Amino acid sequence: MQDLTRHILELIRLTSTSLPADVEKVLLSAQEKEEDGSAAQNVMLSILKNVTIARETSTPICQDTGTPIFFVRYPVSYSTKKLVSMIRFAIAEATEKLYLRPNAVNSLTGKNSGHNLGDKYFPVIHFEEIEGETLTIDLLLKGGGCENVGRQYSLPDSHLNADRELEGVRKVALDAIFQAQGRGCAPGFLGIAIGGDRGTSYLASKEVFLENLSNHHPDPAIAALEKQITKEANELHIGPMGFGGRSTILDTKITVLHRLPASYFVSISYMCWAFRRHQISIIGEKVEFD
Amino acid sequence: MPISISIPISDESTRALHVGDSVLLNGIIVTGRDTAHKWLYDRFIKKSVEPSFDDKEVYKELNNLLKGSLIYHCGPVVSGLDTGDYKFISAGPTTSIREELYQSDIINHFNLKGIIGKGGMSEKTLESCIQTPAVYFHAVGGAAALIARSVKRVLGVHKLEFGMPEAIWVIQIKDFPVTVTMDSFGQNLHRKVLDNSRLILDRLLD
Repeated sequence: MQDLTRHILELIRLTSTSLPADVEKVLLSAQEKEEDGSAAQNVMLSILKNVTIARETSTPICQDTGTPIFFVRYPVSYSTKKLVSMIRFAIAEATEKLYLRPNAVNSLTGKNSGHNLGDKYFPVIHFEEIEGETLTIDLLLKGGGCENVGRQYSLPDSHLNADRELEGVRKVALDAIFQAQGRGCAPGFLGIAIGGDRGTSYLASKEVFLENLSNHHPDPAIAALEKQITKEANELHIGPMGFGGRSTILDTKITVLHRLPASYFVSISYMCWAFRRHQISIIGEKVEFD
Repeated sequence: MPISISIPISDESTRALHVGDSVLLNGIIVTGRDTAHKWLYDRFIKKSVEPSFDDKEVYKELNNLLKGSLIYHCGPVVSGLDTGDYKFISAGPTTSIREELYQSDIINHFNLKGIIGKGGMSEKTLESCIQTPAVYFHAVGGAAALIARSVKRVLGVHKLEFGMPEAIWVIQIKDFPVTVTMDSFGQNLHRKVLDNSRLILDRLLD
């Protein structure tokens, strides 16, 4: 198995410094929708300027380079143990090169490890063995501000009058957006998982962030709900940075998991406007970035 | 047109600022987030922890620096840690509300003229803004490469043992772009947006 460390390092650099094209496009159209001369429009203009500067100078888009979350799909012949060690090595090197801020902190002592390596949960690495020859590694960098405003609901929720149905999902999603206000660095993106246990539900709510923004759920009822949540979120008029304005949520994606008869979790992950995601695919010697 | 403000800021110029004003800040400020706030609060305000010699030295320095100045809620990416020739690379604001517990006492204690952060703060901090007077300046969250360009020099760092993000960085800023979202007249844009969105939410959930 070849050494992939330098390719993973490049994946980290790219993800931290350059927003994906589909995200940038959506941000641009959000800027155009805000009222001329408004505080909301000024925020959007700063955001877009920042995106350009970060890409040109190869510096982190946001100083909070977040939790690195890797999703690795590997063919049968790969060793996950070796992949883990290459990823961890690349993370430490990326931190030294200032593509990442040192972010791994001992929860009890508050001590920062200095190189972004913590226990086996930091960085986060999810593995899936797949058919075929192509190894793909997706990386999300998810900042603390948006992670802190994520929420999990257990339905029925009597406080919100949210029952175990899509209408209940809509209600809790809007509540989560309301609770977040501008603090998740709006305008943001929502990942929603219906079902699972508490752990798998949150995981799946983040995994939907790997999808291109133009993809939507194949079930028309779910796709319609995605659209409705985005539309109604924007009616809340929370706006960029919570200054008031037309764009609060730019896209919603929903995924559905099996659940226990007793449980009905709805997990909502919020992704800030600095939606950092990239992918690398490797077949033999051939290396491709998305 | 944005209003240009020099630090230290007088009470008079603080009182001249209102919610919605675009401001360019110039002068020397200090970064501080979760660890720094708790450290200051426990040792010098609540006095539940006995400060070390080093703590007292840093406190003396901060007392001089913070009078009429601002604390920036920020955990930057900084280069030059090996040489001491520090430079801010990426330096947007962090979420301010986590400091709500400490903020008003810290504003009063140091006679701060304000805070730079994101997401706004709550009633107790707003009360300090009215009394002191002080102002909450909102920077654009995530616009970190852009904002780092307004940081012209790093003049020093305290408590680097807190780690790069949590350390107390003393920086000189020029034309640092912010918007006033809480002012010394008790206006709070965040409260207004919250109240308005609650009314709409109630209608959408009905």
